Amino acid sequence: MAVCIAVIAKENYPLYIRSVPTQNELKFHYTVHTSLDVVEEKISAVGKSLGDQRELYLGLLYPTEDYKVYGYVTNSKVKFVIVVDSSNTSLRDNEIRSMFRKLHNSFTDVMCNPFHSPGNTIQSKAFDGIVSGMMVQTASTV
Amino acid sequence: MAGSQWELPPELCCRPMAFVALTGLDVVYNAVHRAIWDAFCANRRADRVPISFKVLPGDHEYPKCRTKRTSYEWYIPKGILKTGWMNKHLNLVPALVVLFYELDWDDPQWKEKQSECATKVEIVRTSLQGRNTKVAVVLIQKKTPLPPGEDLVASERAATLCNACDLSGKSLFVLPHTDHLVGYIIRLENAFYEHAQTYYYTEIRRVKSHKEFLNKTTHQLLFVRHQFKIAFFSELKQDTQNALKYYRTAYSLVHELRAHETNMLEIKTMAGFINYKICRLCFQHNTPLDAIAQFRKHIDLCKKKIGSAELAFEHAAWMSKQFQSFGELFDEAIKLGLTAIQTQNPGFYYQQAACYSQDRKQLSQQLCQAGATSPSSEPWDTQTGGLDFYGQRPWRQGHQSIMIHLLLSNIDLTRILKTEMCLCLSLPQQELIIALLSNAVAQFKKYKCPRMKSHLMVQMGEEYYYAKDYTKALKLLDYVMCDYRTERWWGLLTAILTTALRCAYLMASVKDYIIYCMELLGRASTLKEEHKLRIENNLIQVLMNEVPDAEPECDASSDGAARSLWNDRMALAASNELTIEVQDYIPFIQCKAKFQCPSFHVDQPIQLQVFLRADCPHPVSFNKLAVSLSNQEYNQWCVVESAGQECMSLLPGKTKCHNFSFVAKTEDVGKKIELTGMELMLGSDSGRCVFLSWRGAGGDAASTHEALQASRSSRRWGREVEARQELDWDSLTMQHSTMIISRVPKISVQLSHRPPALNNEMYCINLTVQSQEGVVAKGVKLTAGLKPGQDANLGQTTHVSLDGSKVCDDTAPALLPDVPLGDLKPGEKLERCVYVNCVSTGSRVFLFHVAYSIDTTVEGRQIVCKCHKVEKVIIILLTVSTNTPQLQSQLQEVVLQTDECASECFCLRCPALANSNNTVATGQYLISWRRKSSSANSPLIQTVVTLPHVILESVPLYIHAELPSYGRVRESLSVRYHIENRTSLVQEVEMAVEPSDAFMFSGLKQVRLRILPGSEQQMLYNYYPLMAGYQTLPQLNISLPRCLTTNTHTLRRFLPQRIFVKVTASLLSACVNIF
Repeated sequence: MAVCIAVIAKENYPLYIRSVPTQNELKFHYTVHTSLDVVEEKISAVGKSLGDQRELYLGLLYPTEDYKVYGYVTNSKVKFVIVVDSSNTSLRDNEIRSMFRKLHNSFTDVMCNPFHSPGNTIQSKAFDGIVSGMMVQTASTV
Repeated sequence: MAGSQWELPPELCCRPMAFVALTGLDVVYNAVHRAIWDAFCANRRADRVPISFKVLPGDHEYPKCRTKRTSYEWYIPKGILKTGWMNKHLNLVPALVVLFYELDWDDPQWKEKQSECATKVEIVRTSLQGRNTKVAVVLIQKKTPLPPGEDLVASERAATLCNACDLSGKSLFVLPHTDHLVGYIIRLENAFYEHAQTYYYTEIRRVKSHKEFLNKTTHQLLFVRHQFKIAFFSELKQDTQNALKYYRTAYSLVHELRAHETNMLEIKTMAGFINYKICRLCFQHNTPLDAIAQFRKHIDLCKKKIGSAELAFEHAAWMSKQFQSFGELFDEAIKLGLTAIQTQNPGFYYQQAACYSQDRKQLSQQLCQAGATSPSSEPWDTQTGGLDFYGQRPWRQGHQSIMIHLLLSNIDLTRILKTEMCLCLSLPQQELIIALLSNAVAQFKKYKCPRMKSHLMVQMGEEYYYAKDYTKALKLLDYVMCDYRTERWWGLLTAILTTALRCAYLMASVKDYIIYCMELLGRASTLKEEHKLRIENNLIQVLMNEVPDAEPECDASSDGAARSLWNDRMALAASNELTIEVQDYIPFIQCKAKFQCPSFHVDQPIQLQVFLRADCPHPVSFNKLAVSLSNQEYNQWCVVESAGQECMSLLPGKTKCHNFSFVAKTEDVGKKIELTGMELMLGSDSGRCVFLSWRGAGGDAASTHEALQASRSSRRWGREVEARQELDWDSLTMQHSTMIISRVPKISVQLSHRPPALNNEMYCINLTVQSQEGVVAKGVKLTAGLKPGQDANLGQTTHVSLDGSKVCDDTAPALLPDVPLGDLKPGEKLERCVYVNCVSTGSRVFLFHVAYSIDTTVEGRQIVCKCHKVEKVIIILLTVSTNTPQLQSQLQEVVLQTDECASECFCLRCPALANSNNTVATGQYLISWRRKSSSANSPLIQTVVTLPHVILESVPLYIHAELPSYGRVRESLSVRYHIENRTSLVQEVEMAVEPSDAFMFSGLKQVRLRILPGSEQQMLYNYYPLMAGYQTLPQLNISLPRCLTTNTHTLRRFLPQRIFVKVTASLLSACVNIF
């Protein structure tokens, strides 16, 4: 389960960031922000070779001592980043993929809302709910 | 426990090379010896064998060899590896000792010299008692030796010398001191290298042989030690593959050791050493992935080996060092040609090292705070030097055996902690952390990670802040702030700004303090309301020239210093005016300006609106707002200042609008007026004045994006925005310039003409100008002609004239500029005719431009306006084609309407063929014409058409066929051919008819006949059509056997080719019956 989930706009500013409240929020912000370096590099590398035949899931972006950072880019260049605790070895690649898919579906729903203006931060209870479901349940860990 | 405790020993980090000692060389006083020594040590490139040479005196004392243990039964090792061991084998115990001795084979005192040499060898042997070190002798000779086997004296004497010195023949060398010294030296050193290899091989065998005496309970430490030694000797032997193998075994053995608090440090130290060696060798073997995997394994194994909880700081320091040294190894490998990638580069290791160093710093600070209160009378023991084993405590050396003390005593702990406290106070760790961070920054810059770089720079800034180097901290933070601002990561920006504000406060840097306050109060800040309130209060105090309250989280001691700095600042009365460029920040006061229209007529006042808005929690007051424009003369009209005590104030979240209006100068007609900047004055002269200045029409670092978002949403909800009259700040667009254009003319210009215009014609365009002004329009001027900017050729083929009485020539211009028309009274009307003459066809655009000036007043000011009225007309030109020959033309006095066409026929008789040139020119065709509507005295226009050339051919015969207009299927069709001889000679003619599928025929198929001059022959054929439709007639071939020059093809032209054949009437009725 994730410790931080973020949605980043095409222009690389955050649309949504949630992290577990037990840890330093700022640190997660930095982690997500720095991971954009790798995302950008991967997008530009793919752009050169294949064009639109691109896999949305980018895989493990970079490992740090404490966290693993995974990335996903939609066709409209909106980025999803999921940060997982390094000690959590039980999580498989497939599960991460399915988390991203769920996130993408929910994000699409948000975009379909006629009252949402694309480019603004996401304020949606449904989206919050999906994200909460994917986060580490702090109540159980404490 | 000095800071260098964690440095890896240099003997571990160097590349081990075989050690060879040279004796008997006097390099100071003997030139020959000096040359030999230089040849050994100069130019040691990679292609020479890896040996480290040292010159030692002949009676040098080598380290004593301890007596060999015969049994390990009662032996309990005191540690894993002795601190001196590596150095001993690198620099003290040679693999080979070489004795240099000057002796020629034919030396007269051979006997004496031989025994002297033997004595010297003996001395060396004695001092190497118990070691396996080899001894070799080199004879320095003046003569070039003969080839082996030829010099009998030499071989005999060599044998006796070997005997006397107890040397094998392989250990005796001859070095002739001749021209080829370097060549000889290289051969010598290769021989030495072989000896050294043998020595290290025997050493490895010796260490391996100990193994059988060891048991697993008491000699665990020795297992590690022996594997390490074997690996190290293998390295000295340059056998890196085996060395790697033994190091790996040693590494797994280290982790098998029973670990407890007392020996944790030693185990980690040794594990670190061995890991370093493994990684180094992996990089050397160009298998970087193995190195990375080994390092990861190492870290995973050791991460949790903290030992006693109080010693966490020590563990953090050790971890930091592990990462740092791996980063350095990685970096070095890259310098030697390895390629790294974005997600796997040394930067990550440096970063992690810095991270652990930060942990360590925090932990030791906590200890210091706790230790400051705990009473301890024990004096700190300064004795640190001379450890026997790596990784042991200085005061507990040799007691590390597994039998004693499984736990650290309290005394141990206090000793360690006290040391740490002293260290912590004496040596700030920020320097180390900053060095590591800046290494990481350099790496991430190289591997395209701008955001990682920014993050690390923020960390560096924070470290400088902790180190109280606020200037450097601010410099770094300021540098990266901009990146976070443009990427719109407000949370991170706020965090950085908060640190920066603290720095600015502690430095008492007024300008920086105000800037950071402004941005923290602005809309990009994610601070809570109560913090904003506090910051705003502080800002107000600074504006009133008072000392602001301290920032939270500043420690008390530095706060005191800051306070006195602030007081000094406040005492300086001079520098209380500040201008701050806020465009690149996101300040708490936003400003946008717009001209109401993109253009103004010169007789209208120019309207300018300035919108202000504050985002801070309290209302904010200001004293002056000034706008500067590109023409500075207007600035005086665009200032608003507070009158007396009253301040203008901005309410939080409300937009305030200031309107300015002024009259433009007539000189500025046609020019742009631009907003160059705006200034808002906060504070007052009595306290501190701060001018916030915006360039152009205002806005800040975030406003473009907000405007874009606003336009997106308003496009969706367009109607609602219109309905809601309230001003939406984000969708306010800025209009930073306006054009001043001339006054709207009040005259009417009308053109009348009758298209189309004709080629060469003097086409008349009638211009009517009528004034609708209230006063006299002075100096009316007309510019008429071809509109500039069209095809360049049109300028040459178009001529404009005011005189319609004669056709104008090429000298007339295409554009008549500034024709004066005099003054126009109100209501007066004026007419003019302009004549246009075009030589080529095609459409043209003509321009009629009437200008005049008039006196008028705007807002009580008298101005002279210049007005222009422009009319355009497009004229399409046509050609006229009619004929007028010298003869009486059929078209004379004919009137042609538009779209009508007249044609004319003439018969021409050609002259007799004069020469072989059979083309004839038919001359020119000239028309004189005039428009029907034009007056009788207007000039006649002449149009010339050149007639084409005609080709002449002479044909002796004339043939024509006489046939009905159609035939019917299966009904006879008679065709008669008339053949006429038009020459004065008898013509012989051959005729033949070719068969055709579509016809049967009767008549002469082939005939030859003669035709007299001027007479005619007739040929009759009956054709019988077989098929319906257009059918090709049977072809009649005619040839003139006498006159071969005539082409029969020209004759064929006279004959019909085809005929239409209808269906028979009976057949048709039959078909009707069937269907």
